[in-house]
Amino acid sequence: MDEVALRTLTPTVIAVLVRRGADFDTAEDAVQEALIEAVRVWPRGRPRDPRGWLITVAWRKFLDTTRAEASRRQREDAVLAEPPALPGPAVDDTLRLYFLCAHPSLTPASAVALTLRAVAGLSTRQIATAYLVPEATMAQRISRAKRMVSGVRFNRPGDVATVLRVLYLVFNEGYSGAVDLAAEAIRLARQVAVMTRDEEAAGLLALMLLHHARRAARTGVDGSLVPLAEQDRGRWDTRLIAEGVEVLQAALARDRLGEFQAQAAIAALHADARTARETDWVQIVEWYDELVRLTGSPVARLNRAVAVGAADGPRAGLAALAGLDPALPRHTAALAYLHEQAGDVAVAARLYARAARVASNLLERDHLTRQAARLNARLRG
Amino acid sequence: MARYLLLKHYRGGPAPAGGDVPIDQWTPEEVDAHVRYMRDFAARLTDTGEFVDSQALLPEGTFVRSDGPGRPPVTDGPFAETKDLIAGWMVIDVDSRERALELAGELSAAPGAGGEPVREWLELRPFMAYPPAVTE
Repeated sequence: MDEVALRTLTPTVIAVLVRRGADFDTAEDAVQEALIEAVRVWPRGRPRDPRGWLITVAWRKFLDTTRAEASRRQREDAVLAEPPALPGPAVDDTLRLYFLCAHPSLTPASAVALTLRAVAGLSTRQIATAYLVPEATMAQRISRAKRMVSGVRFNRPGDVATVLRVLYLVFNEGYSGAVDLAAEAIRLARQVAVMTRDEEAAGLLALMLLHHARRAARTGVDGSLVPLAEQDRGRWDTRLIAEGVEVLQAALARDRLGEFQAQAAIAALHADARTARETDWVQIVEWYDELVRLTGSPVARLNRAVAVGAADGPRAGLAALAGLDPALPRHTAALAYLHEQAGDVAVAARLYARAARVASNLLERDHLTRQAARLNARLRG
Repeated sequence: MARYLLLKHYRGGPAPAGGDVPIDQWTPEEVDAHVRYMRDFAARLTDTGEFVDSQALLPEGTFVRSDGPGRPPVTDGPFAETKDLIAGWMVIDVDSRERALELAGELSAAPGAGGEPVREWLELRPFMAYPPAVTE
């Protein structure tokens, strides 16, 4: 059993302990310890029932902890009988844990950290490394988050949308590191989509799969950013694309559209084009219209303007961009791109340089600087 | 989450707002209180899950540049009268720019002469992020 398969059992085992009467905070610690022991012991002989083994060991660790505490007598009376797990589907327990870790009372960063530990089963050190903070800081962030939700009743279902937002953050805003956060986010989204049968959960899973499929093509050998239009589509992962499209189609067929499904539909249309020129921009604009209708998001409007530029010509794109706040992220970059398409090379060169100065990440800045340099060289011609 | 650098300058910032008594003229107790405040501040940010790093720099600095292949690098300085001089920094990982401003304000209120907050200027600089996967 590899590490990922082992970690998959984490939420179920925590849920079993909580059902037996353990508090979430102590149960979560106990399961982490059991996981560490499993990594140590299993190579010498894997148990026939890994889940049962983890439950037994985690329960023992939980008892050790509670025995050591001052209020042990009352607690022991309650738990020493080791009641069997209450009947009821394990799926519900696991899902409740997702809700708890994404509870609205938590800040996004706390919800992300707690989800990665209690649901994904990652160690504090792994999470700290993935987010480039000291282990002590991440340990505190997690334990504060646990305290914050300690009073939340475990038996009430939550809003799937909060869970999806947390998983989207894990997918989209992680740093590079030893842990593949994008792969973790996909694993968790797949589990949530299966458990909830929610259309937006499926939409998010599809969105992740379709973007993950392009990962190898997204950066050049030197680590530079390769824009969608210039990516080597032969390097896109067709297996992930096929799965993403299938998941998305099943969700769309149920006719309950949401923003993740709309975003996934846009990604699917890109995936469908064998070359950038074959992209069905008219349909993509229609999906952006849906996305704007669903979210009202200025970022969606900005991306729509770029799509309009591809569908109806750069002047139409510039007109669509005209009413938007210039302070939006990537606004200047979009303006530069559309001006270049329209043939205003000198204007575009100046705008690319300005966009580079306000870029919020290094890869985009370098890419925009390169665009400015390319156009300036052409102007010197 | 957003990562910010709180940059402390020896000089180069706006005109000081607080007391202008140099630290070597404070009482030893006032110096201790100041140092303790800084240390406690870092510990408190670890507790809130927001601390990343804190370092102080020596005032001496040397400019270095390449002088071409096969030649040792050229150095210049130190310059006694450089306009800007960085004393040290703290890196924080917070939920919002508002929170970063709040923390910078607190750090700037470290006690100085007479126990009064020094109210020194700190420069707040956002870090570049890691590029997102979903951009269209």
